[in-house]
Amino acid sequence: MAYQLIGKDFTPPDVAAKVTGKAKYAEDFRAEGMVFCRLLLSTMPHARVRNIDVSEAMKMQGVLGILTADDVPALRAPNDPILTNNPHYVGDPILAVAALDEQTAQDAIDKIAIDYDPLPFTLDPLESLYPGGTNAREEGNVRNRRSGSETIKWTAGDFVEKDVCPTGKPATEWSYGEVDQGFENAKLIVDESFVTANNPHHSMEPRSCMALWQNGKCFVYGATQSQSRTARDLARLLKIELGDLVYIAEHCGGGFGSKGTAYPVMAIPPLMSKKVGRPVMMRISRAEEYFIGVARHGFQGRIRIGFLGNGRISALDMYVIQENGAYRGGGDWTAAGDAVSLVYTPEAMRFRGIPVYTNTPIRGAQRGPGQNQIACVVEPLLDKAAEELGIDQLAIRRINAPDNDSKYGRRQGPVTSVYMREALDKGGETFDWAGKRQKSRQRKGSKVIGVGVGQAYHSAGSSKFDGLVRLTPEGKLHIHSGVGNLGTFSHTATSRVAAEVLTCKWENCVIERGDSRRHLPWNHAQWGSNTSFTMTRTNYVAAMDAKNKLLEIAAMDLGGSPDDYDLADERVVHKTDKSKSMGFADAAKRAIELGGKYDGHEAPEDIHDMTKTSVAALAGTGLIGVAKDNLKHEGVVPAMAVGFIEIELDLETGKYEILDYVGVAECGTVLHPQGLETQIKGGAVMGFGLAALERYVYDPQNGLPANMGLYQCKPPSYLDVPSEMKTEVVDIADPQNPVGAKGIGEPVQGCAAAALLCAISDALGGHYFNRMPVTTDHIVNAAAGREQSYKALQVNTV
Amino acid sequence: MLRDMMANFELYQPTAIDHALNLMNRYGDDGWVLAGGQDSFDWFKDRAKKPKAVIDINGIDDLHGIRETADGIEIGALTTLTEIETSALIKEKYGVLADAARHVASPQIRNAGTIGGNVCQDTRCWYYRYGLDCYRAGGNTCYADTPEGIDREHCLFGADRCIAVSPSDTAPALVALDARMIVVNGDGEKEVQAEDFFIGPDVDIMRMTILQPGDLLKSIVIPNTWAGARFYFEKVAERNTWDFALVNIASAMKVDNNAIADIRLACGGVACVPMRLTVVEEVVKGSSPNGASADLAASAASRGATPLNYNGFKIPLMESLVKRAIRES
Repeated sequence: MAYQLIGKDFTPPDVAAKVTGKAKYAEDFRAEGMVFCRLLLSTMPHARVRNIDVSEAMKMQGVLGILTADDVPALRAPNDPILTNNPHYVGDPILAVAALDEQTAQDAIDKIAIDYDPLPFTLDPLESLYPGGTNAREEGNVRNRRSGSETIKWTAGDFVEKDVCPTGKPATEWSYGEVDQGFENAKLIVDESFVTANNPHHSMEPRSCMALWQNGKCFVYGATQSQSRTARDLARLLKIELGDLVYIAEHCGGGFGSKGTAYPVMAIPPLMSKKVGRPVMMRISRAEEYFIGVARHGFQGRIRIGFLGNGRISALDMYVIQENGAYRGGGDWTAAGDAVSLVYTPEAMRFRGIPVYTNTPIRGAQRGPGQNQIACVVEPLLDKAAEELGIDQLAIRRINAPDNDSKYGRRQGPVTSVYMREALDKGGETFDWAGKRQKSRQRKGSKVIGVGVGQAYHSAGSSKFDGLVRLTPEGKLHIHSGVGNLGTFSHTATSRVAAEVLTCKWENCVIERGDSRRHLPWNHAQWGSNTSFTMTRTNYVAAMDAKNKLLEIAAMDLGGSPDDYDLADERVVHKTDKSKSMGFADAAKRAIELGGKYDGHEAPEDIHDMTKTSVAALAGTGLIGVAKDNLKHEGVVPAMAVGFIEIELDLETGKYEILDYVGVAECGTVLHPQGLETQIKGGAVMGFGLAALERYVYDPQNGLPANMGLYQCKPPSYLDVPSEMKTEVVDIADPQNPVGAKGIGEPVQGCAAAALLCAISDALGGHYFNRMPVTTDHIVNAAAGREQSYKALQVNTV
Repeated sequence: MLRDMMANFELYQPTAIDHALNLMNRYGDDGWVLAGGQDSFDWFKDRAKKPKAVIDINGIDDLHGIRETADGIEIGALTTLTEIETSALIKEKYGVLADAARHVASPQIRNAGTIGGNVCQDTRCWYYRYGLDCYRAGGNTCYADTPEGIDREHCLFGADRCIAVSPSDTAPALVALDARMIVVNGDGEKEVQAEDFFIGPDVDIMRMTILQPGDLLKSIVIPNTWAGARFYFEKVAERNTWDFALVNIASAMKVDNNAIADIRLACGGVACVPMRLTVVEEVVKGSSPNGASADLAASAASRGATPLNYNGFKIPLMESLVKRAIRES
């Protein structure tokens, strides 16, 4: 379909502020009389606080107040608390001190004496599952979705097989098809144990937050990916009415899933502000961001894959032990199972898993939560099987690739659209797969070529949220977006659908976002790669509502029926008699005169209360288009990505150079080519880090973290990634989106990570680590034929 | 526990060496000399070190710059790593030092970081940096050298209660070049061989260099001995910028009639000091710098290495770098 705006590049309205430094992040806001607060973090991995002596701190000049767990709302365990007297990891926030300046706050914290009663702690899920093993939480060692926590211990017999991941009683289990039969039919069974690392998010912008109270309303300036969803959740956290919260979040310096919505420590500045009667800024430092900024779940596990002679997967059996951190965590383990069912379409499959607490920081969603870890596990094993079966590595992926008839997850539900083979073919051509494979394992001096391909998936779309647009008497189209600003410009890319429907010139459009005072609709959080699908739908339905109202007004004023009219160039025009037309500015004026539904004095019943409040506030200011997205939505919306990579690895040093990378996105219609290209490349950079650089290291004797700083955690630097990468798109419209769009943000990381791991193993002549990350020391040991220094299934060493 | 919030201190900004020495004398252990700040500010922000007085020497002109002398060059301690990396003189005569400087951290850090700071910087042992009361911090234990210690970055040689390593990239180059460190204090000036400037825990567990309170590294003198020799520098780190070496190597070699007439090699990241590989030097002297002598050199280099829980990879890595230094100089 020919679009005026969809699929074309544009200058995002917030980009100039970002590159000039004028963009205001949470930390940049100031208010009259503002003071600062800082956190006291637990020095123990598991303890009860017996006593807190603040007497010396409170005597200090400039100290204004202290909040402890006793002063803040308690959240039901195992949710991460706002503050706690029962710390579950080193770095768990115990109290906050407000003072005139940060230095005084820190000096005061140094004078506070905490009397801890230490409790046993553990950093290894398998140790916790062993009979008599330590529970990271007193009420249990396993997270249970229904009741909170429970204790599950396996038998010593489960652990007898040396170097093989035990698979005792799971917390959940599902299967489809004839799994045993599938393995019987298999010509080859790959059976491996694996470990994937935890990863701190280390968002570039730490989650600073400022809050103040004015006339009974709470103003919060936060660092979050999302807007409307955050506001709702934060109001709940603060136990105030949504209408009493003003939430401002114009920009976000990276979240990667960790700032999806309101997080408990975000309640501290508002609560402290209420207590001390001053605006309170809480700036979060890099080390604090490590502790409270969430991390990706690591896995231990075992996977058995049965292959027929032609490479088709006849059966797959996987077990995932999720390192859950000390609190609620996320659903990576189950997401991993669902992803495997779709990406590799096994004819029969069993999934088992268990999330086990450890005394380490809060876990949550990180870009491709579960899907990207499991891509790093499965993709190298496809290569291993391909080699043993004598099949090309790309061909084995093609034969197992999903399509529109493929089914998803434990319920084997439908998908909206998948074009994985097309993605593999397109990337293979651009990369010159056949040519590159010829070079695989070619040696020159100490250097050897490795080639790899990786695939990844994430669900990428939701529905049932609201859209809200407004045409003003000045002839401007205001598109109200409550999704948030993760940094990808998708708030604007998706808003352009409204302009497209209404034939508006882009320069006549204004995006209203970033501040609840701009009267925003109820929208989904900006997470889960959903924005492109979800927000194009809400903006479409709102624009269609505005369009219908425009047609009705034209028919009323110019005669005929609404069906006789259409929109063109910001006018309502009679289809056959072009002399009958009305400009949008005049139509907006007429809408205000007409009142009722036309100018927002009446709103649809089925929209969310937040949207109703916004519509009421805007009533009388123009023609209002507002609707809930009730468009057809059946099945999961798959975002698929494929990465192709060529590396040159030096066997003497364990270092490699990425010679070529091609990233392919299968995300339906392309909304914003530049934005998509940046997503594919940025995702690849983060994927290279996931595969081979970023780490999570703990001292098991003391429960201490070794990688709080960026230089210790080692996200990729500009010299660790290729300066040029190629991108490709499949660009086939999804049938359940009005413009054919699907999301893409997450799998573009996983495919790159998996491809790099495959290439490293290829360069090493088919040496499979069954681990990620694979770091320099692992490669050096493998190349030198030395035993690795980590023990089988050991976690948190790199 | 990291705090990321500096405590107060008195700040002095002397403009002459004598003034700085007076201040250093006055404050003794409570004073802290600040050059580029790349190491200092970490300590201050974490409140793991809380000096009463910080003596910022950046205003002392005599400590800046590179000058040619009759016998070589003299580099002021405050000369930035970028200045060293880009100096035509150093590149021409002592390429191994320019090369080493170029591999330090990142361009931003090299713009601020000084050669003096780079050689005087404290170890990066993460337990010690965490602020724990280990031997090096004045306590009576080592957290890293334990059955489950996370010691991937720690030493292969010279463990003595402490197993931390020298993090500097320029230090091995200076040892290879037979540099001399010019140290001043209230009693006057003294010269120390680079090789002797760095000390292990067997000498003093709380210091990485011979500098005592009151001592200031004024400059580094590089003699003409190795000017224009065949050089080799390589650093292997996880990341290609803003990372410390897992292992690095610096060598200077003179070849006569296709035989190694003389050679100096130093290796970083394997001991508490930039370790001069004297045995390797003896092994290869007189041989051709080819693959066979490189292999021999490699096995000589790692003799006596004692791997810990997680750092065994440093043995093949060190061997590889020694090989390459001989083979590819």
